[in-house]
This record gives sequence, structure tokens and C-alpha cells, in this order.
Amino acid sequence: MSADFLYGIEVIINGLMAGVLYALVALGFVLIFKASGIFNYAQGVMALFAALTLVGIMEGEVPFSHLINAVFGTEIHHFGWEVPALLAILLTLVVMIFFAWAVQHFVFRHLVGQEPIILFMATIGLAYFLEGVGDLMWGSDIKTLALGLPQGGSLWVEDITSGLGGDDFYGFFIDKLDMVATVVAIVLVTGLILFAQYTKQGRAMRAVADDHQAALSVGISLNFIWVLVWSLAGLVALVAGVMWGAKSGVQFSLSLIALKALPVLMLGGFTSIPGAIVGGLIIGVGEKLFEYMIGPMVGGATENWFAYVLALIFLVFRPQGLFGEKIIERV
Amino acid sequence: MLYREAGDFKTSYQEDSQTFPIAFDRYRYWAVLAFAFLVVPFVINDYWANAILVPFLIYAIAAIGLNILTGYCGQVSLGTGGFMAVGAYACYKLMTSFPDVSIVIHIILSGGITAAVGAAFGLPSLRIKGFYLAVATLAAQFFLVWLFNKVSWFYNYSASGQINAPERTVFGVPVTGPNTEAWAQYLICLVFVTVCAIIARNLTRGSLGRTWMSIRDMDIAAEIIGVNPLKAKLTAFAVSSFFIGIAGALFFAVYLGAVEVGEAFGIQKSFLVLFMIIIGGLGSIFGSFAGAAFLVVLPVVLKLIGVDLLGWPTDLVAHFQLVIVGALIMFFLIKEPHGLAQLWRLAKEKLRLWPFPY
Repeated sequence: MSADFLYGIEVIINGLMAGVLYALVALGFVLIFKASGIFNYAQGVMALFAALTLVGIMEGEVPFSHLINAVFGTEIHHFGWEVPALLAILLTLVVMIFFAWAVQHFVFRHLVGQEPIILFMATIGLAYFLEGVGDLMWGSDIKTLALGLPQGGSLWVEDITSGLGGDDFYGFFIDKLDMVATVVAIVLVTGLILFAQYTKQGRAMRAVADDHQAALSVGISLNFIWVLVWSLAGLVALVAGVMWGAKSGVQFSLSLIALKALPVLMLGGFTSIPGAIVGGLIIGVGEKLFEYMIGPMVGGATENWFAYVLALIFLVFRPQGLFGEKIIERV
Repeated sequence: MLYREAGDFKTSYQEDSQTFPIAFDRYRYWAVLAFAFLVVPFVINDYWANAILVPFLIYAIAAIGLNILTGYCGQVSLGTGGFMAVGAYACYKLMTSFPDVSIVIHIILSGGITAAVGAAFGLPSLRIKGFYLAVATLAAQFFLVWLFNKVSWFYNYSASGQINAPERTVFGVPVTGPNTEAWAQYLICLVFVTVCAIIARNLTRGSLGRTWMSIRDMDIAAEIIGVNPLKAKLTAFAVSSFFIGIAGALFFAVYLGAVEVGEAFGIQKSFLVLFMIIIGGLGSIFGSFAGAAFLVVLPVVLKLIGVDLLGWPTDLVAHFQLVIVGALIMFFLIKEPHGLAQLWRLAKEKLRLWPFPY
């Protein structure tokens, strides 16, 4: 096998790994959209916020310390302790659940029955709000997430695969973190599917997704289910935030992955969990491969727009996505 | 007492269908115009022009443009920043290729070019709606910004990748370039805003505006009564992009003077203009002005209070601004989905009945 071909395969594998991360974010979108019809633009900022909170708690930072210092003229920054990773993750989850409750209680409870596009714009407002709160709480400088996840290329994979090609091929370069992310994503998705299929709350969640009024009439509390769904989306956001944060540092650009998840959803369909995963993988592979093969001809950095243009082409020919229900009315 | 239709008799069809049916509104309109044209240029200084008035006027044009598309025709667009970039780069290419032609013609032409680009990116709207369309326009945003970054023909192969506005004059007075005075900047923007607002107002209350609104309210019913959705949607995209292109050209040539595309016309700009029309009021020309004024003045006021009065660090105030804007968006969507324009309408209604409200 020629080296070029093998490098192409390496690009595909790395694209699949990146796609897993896109799929993680898209998953959070699908969960909320299925249960409440809200297209949650704030999902990316939720991932950022979760990662910021996790770092802040682990390092024992005082929340709103900048604000407190500015108002009272004090100089406090740290509590002076460090929280172990596992406990910090649990505490972050508590914060995300509280956030889910607050969002439901103060915003979306008042917007029930509005048009989807109004709800979408409300989540854009929510994204701005949450971003501001995150910055106020923990400061806006770039933070590193030290969870002890493995980093760097895997020598083991490189050694095994280097025999495949000729002399100018040194084996596949695959980031260990990406492999961890893939495993975590698989565990998370399996867990979510089991939860939705076999527990009482999971069934109630699916019932609400099917038909609000019917679910209400058999005694399911819509409010509770919506809080539950936002909490689950918060959990997914935390996982996505940890993975992206470990990869490229916890910073504002993290929230921009939400925009990348939009074309993933276009491809996979808004209402399908498998669709989110397959869509994520296609986008991940597609943009890496396009950059590898066509990118040098047009000046590179095609990753910025390839996903959107692919989604645009897809929309024109198959608007419901690969797995979605036919919900689009044609005029 | 003053604010009444009573006693104001209309004797011709023209008078009957004028924009402001109440005499007091007409006087107010002329008074505002007279103040803006005859008083402000003589008292304006650099700070007021650069911090508030010029950006307000330019964003007002962009907001009018987006309001035509989103507020009147119901098609959500997140590509405003990209279309503004088209206007800016078209203006730059025209200015440098034909230096003898007047800048005013260049700005209008760049609006026309943006209209063509906008109509092309509006084509998917014939098949998709709602946030599907929002994502399609997002494709326009990212693709256009990337294009202006990568293809060096657009910035005349300059080493920095920036575009710089050369000096151009109107009636012998420089309006672009470093030697421009505040009042000239202000006045050229004001002329464009006034003309754009009058055109937009009359388009939206004419037959074209009615077809847009029928598509927004219920597209299937509109088609059945004989509205051509293809024509209605594409004209909305074209007219909207025309205004946004003019705003982009002014933003580059008159306001900033030098532009780096990713920074000046990024996705944040698209959201900013969208927020303006949500807060100001969807489907209202006055709302576009109110929203633009609000979001231009808010950061300035916050900075005055936070940094100068309380002595807080600048980044803290910037974070507060995010929180406040986000909270306001949600507040307006919950409490007053029609925005500031609706408050204005309610106030006028109350005024008509005052002092005997029943």
C-alpha cells in the first residue's frame, strides 16, 4: 500500500475521532429538542460553563471573586484548598442541575406554546447570559483542565501500524485523548439509551417527546421532565466540555462548537440520537478529508465552512436529514 | 389634546394614505429631521460621532435591512455579518478600481452587488424554513468571511490582508479616509439612513410589503390567494441585502476606514443586528432605530457607570454587558415579543385617549 493512501486512512480515523466530539455536542441538542421542541443554541455555552465550573471548583477558586474584589476592594481569589476530580465533577453536576431548574422556572415555563423560532432566539439570549455569568464567576482567562487524562499520540498504535506501509510511512498518529473521548462517548450514549428504554423516568421522557398532551393526561409532570431533560443536556455538556477543554484548553472558542453541531443535526435529523452520532462522524471525516485533499488547492482553512455548505447542499435534497422525521412543510 | 385625528380632515386620497395620519406625528417627524440635519452637524464632536451617532446610524440601516427579511417576511437570517462584508469589499473594489466615480454611487452599487449575493443565498429558503434556514444563512456567513480572507484579489493583494479606505470627497468635502471630519461622517450616514428609511417604510406598506407579510403570517394561505412565494422571498432577500450591503459599505468606508474581515464582520455582528431587531421590535421600521440606538448606547452607558463611576476593570463591565443583553433578550421575548416599538405604539394609543381614557 502506498503511503499517500495510508495517510488518507489516518486522516479518516482522526476525522472519526473529531466527529465523536461533534456528536457529543449534537446529542445534547437532540435530547432537548425531542422533549420540548426547543432548539437549544446555548448547548455550546453550557459545555463551556460546565468546564469552567469544573476547573473553578477543582482549583478552589472563589466564585465571582473579580466582582467581589471590584465592589469591596478586597483581594480574595482562592479558598486555599483543592477538590479531588471526582468530587468536583459531582459538584459541577449539581450546579448544572440547578441551572436546568432555573432555566425552566424563569424562562421556558413562560414561553410554552410559542413558535419554535421565538424559542430559538430565547436560547441565543440564554447563551449570552450564561457566557457572561461564566466569565463573571470564574474570570475569562484561558484555563487548563488537569484531570489526568492521557495526552499526546499513542506510540503503541504507531508501532503496530508502521509495518503496513513502505519506508516513508511511520504508522498512524492517533491522539490518546481522542481514544478516551470515543470510549466515554460510547459509554454515555449506551447509558442514555438504557435510561430512556428501561427506567420509569426515561419512559416518561419518551412519552413527553411523543405527545405533550397525552403525556400530561396520564399524569406525567411536564415541568419535571423538562428539568430532567435540561439536566441530562447539562451532563452531556459537561462531558463534551471536559473532552474539548482537555484538548484545547477551557476558553471562549469552546462555545463555538455549538455552531459546528448545527450542520451535524442537519445531516442526522433533529430528532434522532443515532442520527446525531452518524452525522457527527460524517462531518468529522468529511471536513478532515476535504481539507486534506481539496484544501491545499484553495488556500486551506476550509474546516470553517465545509460543514455548513455540506449541510446546505443536504438541506436542498433531503431536508429531514438522514434519520429525521419528515417535519418540514413545503411551500 | 394635541394628539388627535379629530379636526384633521383629509380631502384627497394622497392625504388619506400618508405615512403619518396624525398631524402631531408629522410635525414631530419634520422637527426630528430638522434637528438631525440642521443642529447636530454644528455641535457634533469626534467622541459623539465615533462612539454613538455614526455607529447608531449605520446599524440602523443594517437593522432595517434585517427587519425586512426577518420581521416582515419571517425568514430568520444569521448571515448579516457576511452580507455586510460583501458590501464593504464591493465598495473597496469599486473605490480602488474607479477612483473618479463619486463615492455615493459606489456605496449604492455595493448595495446592489450585495443584493445579488443575498438573493443567491436566499435560494434555499424556497425549500426550507425556520432554523433550518438560519443554518443555511450561517453557511453564507462563514463561507463569505473565509472567501474574503483567502482570495487576495478582494483586498488588492495587500500584505496585511486589511482593506483601507482611500480618501474620497463629496462636493469637495472628504468623507472617507483619515482627514474626514466628524460632521461630514455624520452627515453622509444621515443622508443614507433617511433615504433608506423612507424607501423601506414605503416598500413595507405597499403591495410588496403586503406580500412579504402574508408569507410571514401563513405561507400556504398566501400562495392560495395568489402570492408567488418564489418572488416574495427572493425580493425580501434582495431588498434586505441591499440595505445591509449599504450598511456594510458605510461601516467600512466612513466609520472604520480600515477593516479586517473576521474581526469586523464575524458571527458576532450577525447576532448583534438580530438582537437589535428583537429588542427594537420585529416588523417595525421605528423598532429598527430604537433597537440600534439601545444596543449602541448600552455599552457606552455601562462603560460610563462601571469604569468611570465605580472604577471597575473594563473586562468585568464587558461581562456584565453580556449578562444584561442576554437577560434583556429573554425578558423581551417573554414580556413584550414586539419589542420597544410596541411600547411606543401603546404610549401613542394612550396619548390619543388622554385625558379621558374610557
